[in-house]
Amino acid sequence: MDITQQRGLTRRVWFSGLGATAGAAALAACGTQQETAPRSSANATPGLAATAPAVQAIAGSGIVTGPFSGEARALTGAGATFPAALYSKWFTEYNRLTQVQVNYQSIGSGGGIKAISDGTADFGATDGPMTDAQLKEAKGGEIFHVPAALGGVVATYNIPEIPATTKLRFSPETLVGIFNGDITKWSDAKIKADNPTVTTLPDKEITTVHRSDGSGTTYIFVDYLSAVSPAWKEKIGVSTTVNWPNGLGGKGNEGVAGEVKQNPYSIGYVELIYAKQNKLGYAQIKNKAGQFVDAELDTVTASASGVAATIAPDLRASIVNAEGAKSYPISGFTWILAYKEMKEEPKAVALTRMLWWATHDGQKFNGDLGYSPLPLEIIKKAEAQIKAITANGKPAFPNK
Amino acid sequence: MSSQTIAPPVAPAAPAGPPLLDIFAPDSRYTLRRTASNAMAVLIGVCALIAVAVLWLILGYVIIRGVPALNVAFFTERPLPYGEPGGGIGPAILGSLTIMAVAALAGVPLGVGAGIYLSEFGRGRFAWIVRFCGDLVAGLPSIVVGVFVWALLVKEIIGNFAGFAGAAALAIIMIPIILRTVEEVLRLVPHSLREAALALGVPQWKVVMGVVLPSARAGIITGVVLSLARAAGETAPLILTTLGNQFFSWDLKQPMAAIPVQIYNYAVAPYDDWHTKAWGAAFVLIVIIGLLSVLTRLATGGTRRTAL
Amino acid sequence: MTASHEAAGVFTGGRSSRIGDAIFKGAAGAAACSVLVILILLIGLLIRDSQESLVRYGFSFITTSTWDNVKEQFGALPYIYGTLVTSVVGLLIAVPIAVGAALYVAEYAPLWIRTPISFTIEMLAAIPSIIYGLWGFFILTPIMRSTVEPALKGALGPIPVIGGLFQGPAIGKDLFTGGVILAIMITPTIMAVSREIILAVPPAQREGMLAVGATRWETIRTAVLPYARSGIAGAAILGLARALGETMAVTMVIGNASRAVTGSLLTPGYTMASAIANQFTEADTPVYFSAIVEVALVLLLVSAVVNIVARLLIWQIQGGLSSRALGGVRV
Repeated sequence: MDITQQRGLTRRVWFSGLGATAGAAALAACGTQQETAPRSSANATPGLAATAPAVQAIAGSGIVTGPFSGEARALTGAGATFPAALYSKWFTEYNRLTQVQVNYQSIGSGGGIKAISDGTADFGATDGPMTDAQLKEAKGGEIFHVPAALGGVVATYNIPEIPATTKLRFSPETLVGIFNGDITKWSDAKIKADNPTVTTLPDKEITTVHRSDGSGTTYIFVDYLSAVSPAWKEKIGVSTTVNWPNGLGGKGNEGVAGEVKQNPYSIGYVELIYAKQNKLGYAQIKNKAGQFVDAELDTVTASASGVAATIAPDLRASIVNAEGAKSYPISGFTWILAYKEMKEEPKAVALTRMLWWATHDGQKFNGDLGYSPLPLEIIKKAEAQIKAITANGKPAFPNK
Repeated sequence: MSSQTIAPPVAPAAPAGPPLLDIFAPDSRYTLRRTASNAMAVLIGVCALIAVAVLWLILGYVIIRGVPALNVAFFTERPLPYGEPGGGIGPAILGSLTIMAVAALAGVPLGVGAGIYLSEFGRGRFAWIVRFCGDLVAGLPSIVVGVFVWALLVKEIIGNFAGFAGAAALAIIMIPIILRTVEEVLRLVPHSLREAALALGVPQWKVVMGVVLPSARAGIITGVVLSLARAAGETAPLILTTLGNQFFSWDLKQPMAAIPVQIYNYAVAPYDDWHTKAWGAAFVLIVIIGLLSVLTRLATGGTRRTAL
Repeated sequence: MTASHEAAGVFTGGRSSRIGDAIFKGAAGAAACSVLVILILLIGLLIRDSQESLVRYGFSFITTSTWDNVKEQFGALPYIYGTLVTSVVGLLIAVPIAVGAALYVAEYAPLWIRTPISFTIEMLAAIPSIIYGLWGFFILTPIMRSTVEPALKGALGPIPVIGGLFQGPAIGKDLFTGGVILAIMITPTIMAVSREIILAVPPAQREGMLAVGATRWETIRTAVLPYARSGIAGAAILGLARALGETMAVTMVIGNASRAVTGSLLTPGYTMASAIANQFTEADTPVYFSAIVEVALVLLLVSAVVNIVARLLIWQIQGGLSSRALGGVRV
């Protein structure tokens, strides 16, 4: 092309580049304007509001009321997908309240542990507590496990022949058998024994779905399987990543729920809200006391009753296979991981305020999304942790 | 004139005996060969049909499933909490554009500079090594590039997930493509142009910048735009480097959203609303890449300077 | 050129232009160095971060199948196997179709069809991996699960040797679907390069065959294809090189399960690239992390070797033409 055509082209390229930049700037302007506009709050997930216990304001709420000078405007967190539904709600509300952008990315508990350990995120999140070895590896010193919520892991399934109104039940042995490959078909005798009233169990192969990434949900689930089956504990063990003998892998709770939804005759393990929001069937599990229990707010809370008395000082606790007639046996804590000694003061201030809000004011959002609020004694212990976080030597939390 | 027509000469009757002239007549073997040839022609045509049909299958689904997701909110709002329908992927669009712009800022000068070096000064061992390494880097799986940038930038130099690391990963992917295209295009510029300028006393650097580059401008822009189109769709390295962000953000030192990562996160999740948005984002991505390809064609003025 | 440059230098502005030239050459050289620096840093960092795994597992890393975080045993054989199988399946499907399409465009198609088809293939090559993954996840997998795989199982399963490839429940998310999606992705690459190579076969070859009465297909079969053979092989290997690095499309359809190697294509699996994508950010113990980085190292090695072989094959027969041909192709 000749020189005039070339110039014309260059001009066109420049203009389109400018246009793109202008468009991007407009986008950003729209976005920041939209941050301050009030957002209509979503409806609570149907069916949960009925079982949510009446929430009184927790002592210590109302301290964080708006923006605070001296705190960082943005925090980055990464980790568990188990509480991601709750955290995404929390941080949207928190942003509306304080203008602080808490960017939480759900990449799995393993990712959260690694991110906080390497220092590549400001806080991590996990439902599988860090091991002593992992705590020692952490780059920045001591790490607090700040409890955020309680949740239940459910066995969710997709069987076209079973209507949504029918709930399957599993005893511990059956569940172990399905996931270690001993039970291969839905028509197996053990499953029939657990469900004498269900006549439509098809004679199809079971496809198990597990986590392909490092997962605290996996941790809670295999913690339970190990508690009820010494053979499982011996052969496969407990960790955020285990060597599953069969099945598909899905990334995150979201991925497992997605796989179960897509694949008929499959069964996976997810946090309760993922089964509920996607209208997937989930099973009742026989607890230690011999009762078939559904995962509900009160049954998950029941499994944590009494834990406050015996919990370790660092708040790493397992509550699977708990005693009590009402306890849901596959329950667990989910924690936010934060360094005790932080280096940047604005970030430390922002983080401690966010943690305080989450453990006090934020708890009122738990019930609607199917997570149990923390017991009051546990919140007291969390308060001690938050107040102990320091930035360059001085305590970071502004309102003592 | 006599109305008597002149009868055309009549050929003598064909002689009896073996038909000598029939060696060109088809026999049964020839029919077989012809049939085989036609059958293969059909098969080959079917191959081409399959190749073309697949494209329209994919594009068709992206359009059908993606267009319903498009509304103003989709482009301007940020994502809502899990399970709540509505919202949009505004931060991802902004993030992608930002990261690509920064990647181009780093990748284009380096790629063009290296291409100039190889074409103008490129003889000898060093140039051969650079070409070889350029081909190696071009062939790297993008996930390996992501691992590298994570280890270098996210873990060490920057210290956290950052849009800047994502831009660096994309730049690494872009540089070899630009390098190769620029080198070839500059080689095509006739030496007589250079020699004429040199004969007039123009220093070599001015010859390159003022004579050679402008006459190869179309090809260079093609290479740059091609590499941008490639970078726009890269997902794996971005997952490891820029993490993602549900808020609008210009800050390159913090995590940033990007369209391909958003597509992935939405696609594997169970929410139907997110699935629709994933298709919508895929549509947006295809449009961006399509626009860049069209730009390429404008640059070459329709003539095929590079093959394909 | 050097001679004329030096001769011209007699008439230039002297020292200032020589400094300008030196700076210019230096800057361009520095830009060229950047590629070297990137490669060296990359290899260095990968080796450093996989140190623990290299030392601890040694050669058994690529020969054992157990990927167990709890017992700290890491063997990447299933990943290598998965990469191999999906690539081979992809090539087996893609090469005939791609070469066929290239033959059509080069030999049969009327001129007015050539540009639209080329444009179509160019578009296919430009579609990003994640969109293939999206399409594969929502469209291809259900079709494989409900129609294609049961049909293959029914038709080929009972056959003694080949049937072993099609055992097990047809879930749709397995190595076979991974291979199919790779086939779709590498077809444009192979087709584009093959087309250039076929077009470069001298017309004399074809004319000679036609002059002695060969049919079209016979001409192609005996004159064109043998001449283009190594170039097409190079194109196929180039496609293979691309297939090795594909991450997102594969990870969304392959099932993501680390399992011992079985003979069946219908098992969920992993490729090296998808294993890294899924597990890299989550490798929360040092030895696990170094094992994943070692997988990246192995992948780097394999793809580098394949790339080099591909380029050697193509350069060998085509010289300058094919390096230009490759300039626009998405490789």
